Amino acid sequence: MSLNLKIIPEKCTGCMQCELACSWVQTGTFQPSRSVIRVNVFDEEASYAPFTCFQCDEAWCMNACPVNAIAIDPTSGAKIVLEKSCVGCHLCTIACPFGTVFTTPGSDLASKCNLCGGNPACATACPTGAITAGDPSNKGPWLEPWGEQVNYRYQEACQTGAN
Amino acid sequence: MDGWHGKLLRVNLSTGASKVEDIPDAWLKDYIGGRGLADRYLYEEMDPRVDPYSPDNKLIFATGPLTGTPIPCGARYMVVTKGALTNAITTSNSGGHWGPELRFAGYDLLILEGKAPKPVYLFIYDDVVEVRDAKNFWGKTVSLTEDGLRDELGIPQLRVACIGPAGEKLVRFACIMNDKHRAAGRSGVGAVMGSKNLKAIAVRGTKGVSIAEPEKFMKAMWAMRGRMAVSPGRMGFTELGTAATIDLTNAFGGCPTRNFESGQFEHAENLNGNAIKDTRMVANKACFACTIACGRVTRLAGDISDKYLVNMHPRNWKTAGEGPEYEAAWALGADTGVGDLDAVLKANWLCNDLGMDPISMGATLAAAMELYETNVIDDRHVELPLKFGSGDALVRMVEATAYREGFGDELAEGSKRMGDKFLHPEIFMGVKGQEFPAYDPRGFQGMGIAYATCNRGACHLRAWTPGIETSGAMDPHTPVGKAEWVAAEQNRSTSHDATGICLFTGAAGGTLDDLAACTAAATGVSFDTDDFVKIGERTWNIERLWNLKAGLTSKDDNLPERLLKVPHKSGPAKGVVVHLDQMLPPYYKTRGWDEEGVPTKEKLSELGLAAIG
Repeated sequence: MSLNLKIIPEKCTGCMQCELACSWVQTGTFQPSRSVIRVNVFDEEASYAPFTCFQCDEAWCMNACPVNAIAIDPTSGAKIVLEKSCVGCHLCTIACPFGTVFTTPGSDLASKCNLCGGNPACATACPTGAITAGDPSNKGPWLEPWGEQVNYRYQEACQTGAN
Repeated sequence: MDGWHGKLLRVNLSTGASKVEDIPDAWLKDYIGGRGLADRYLYEEMDPRVDPYSPDNKLIFATGPLTGTPIPCGARYMVVTKGALTNAITTSNSGGHWGPELRFAGYDLLILEGKAPKPVYLFIYDDVVEVRDAKNFWGKTVSLTEDGLRDELGIPQLRVACIGPAGEKLVRFACIMNDKHRAAGRSGVGAVMGSKNLKAIAVRGTKGVSIAEPEKFMKAMWAMRGRMAVSPGRMGFTELGTAATIDLTNAFGGCPTRNFESGQFEHAENLNGNAIKDTRMVANKACFACTIACGRVTRLAGDISDKYLVNMHPRNWKTAGEGPEYEAAWALGADTGVGDLDAVLKANWLCNDLGMDPISMGATLAAAMELYETNVIDDRHVELPLKFGSGDALVRMVEATAYREGFGDELAEGSKRMGDKFLHPEIFMGVKGQEFPAYDPRGFQGMGIAYATCNRGACHLRAWTPGIETSGAMDPHTPVGKAEWVAAEQNRSTSHDATGICLFTGAAGGTLDDLAACTAAATGVSFDTDDFVKIGERTWNIERLWNLKAGLTSKDDNLPERLLKVPHKSGPAKGVVVHLDQMLPPYYKTRGWDEEGVPTKEKLSELGLAAIG
């Protein structure tokens, strides 16, 4: 069971502090283009949605990697890239259904959220509490609201016969 | 040097040629960046006497060493040029995400020269710099331009600073808009950009920003963030935004109403922070790295598309836009006497989408309304009655001004030129051609000297006195001590503009010591607070020298007769006029200037400016 990042888009103001913190951990510079958490901005809906790796239990990136370069961090449960093993084939970026695996310009090595070894910098940096590091034993909050929404739409579709 | 890139990008729009130059280390240390550094370049390279619309006028976009770092509100960039409205040096500041993106592309400064032979836009992707044809975007509104550029270039992360139709039509108070709703607003920088046939600057930067002493920087940054997190000022900004200020100014009789006829607006509660929050606001919005998030994302209530009709409909009419901030709510609301928030919202969105400064727009319209009410102009001049309090007139005239339709053509010249044309110069409420923002100096005496002496014309951002004047430390109605305080504050506030962070941090728990500590750690140069004050003074003096060369004199450090001779008839500021004659001499003395407002030789050599003064 992995540590969870709980993200509440309604609380996000789009300030990009999470991207700055993430790129700082990755590169030692402030370089949002290298962040592996990305804030999606939907201006006209007044909605900002930070989005990063779900740390899937059955991770597609991990399954797709031909050289076993993606492993599970025993501390945080995060799926992490072993840079020494990675050959830069980009298969993981294609396999990920959520588009949250990136590659590093220049080296082509895979780059993804590793939950900072259990203390995610994005959650620390967020000024509004839109990103919090959740309790590892409680997996619910991360997917529950989304699941409810999906089911609600599914049931609605069944009732109207539009399915 | 670490902290700065030390690079500037120079683009000649006449030829389309661009080159990257090194910025001298000595200038970085003497001016830090942003406003100071850009002032120095403008002073060095440009003849201040040229016309603002001349190809010889230069347009400088400047970031500071903290722009693009996670220091709270490190989002600001500065536009420095000769203002179309003021004919003086102008320094307009904006937030959003564009400034940091320019830094991420690897440049501290962007200097634009010449004039493109046909409409173009500038595309910057790290080292790639292209001047491209803007025929698809000329005439388009700000939001359509920004989205259109993302589509044309195929880069979703693109950040765009552009002008709207107002800038193209050389409306004297046109803005440069970035991220759709953020504006380098005042003094007509957008008109200067329009005169260069430059529609937009689209930037994508992937290089990032490095800093000199990371551990020290993170420690100083977190200390500042911690103080801001618990600051009541910060909480006020987050909760109610800037619009809450109208309660303060109204209570002290300092909220100018109906073109400065009175100092209290009877419908202020319709436009204040609570009204916006409770009825129209849907979310807070932050600029880059901002931990305050004072921006208001707003929606009109229900369908009011049949009210306040205009010819064009911005796409966001029925979804969401931003604002109004206090200044916009005052100018489009109290100053024109309009007490309906929906009319103010529509007008504000139109200003944003068409690229105009709502302060000068509202104030100019208020002046026109005074002309109409006093029968100087009548229905032969205007398409609908310009009565104080008319929301229809407000919204329609904003559109007409941007496109220079009908009487909008007169409004587009600003209230000074309009007043002169109709032989009623007394309707102009401003300094150096620029309209006043939202504080009546009869209610806040200190704002009188702050307005009169600001290098870019009437401006509330260089020294904001209502805070100290209402705190009990000073009497708002006497001139005692104001000149000295304003001169010192003008020096202090420059640090924010030079380093690239938001002025609001000062009112939200961040101190100048924090700023100095962060800048020192970021750059590796041992700046302290005293250095910052000195740099602020140097910047102020170089702007003054520039203005003197441009032909301005101490006669331009003046206020309109209405403020000096006509007191309010009622309210807390009843019977008070502005005692500028008692504040200007001590101000010059504090500054180390002679009676004509010219910096003395001693002052200049003290500031290291002897060689150029």
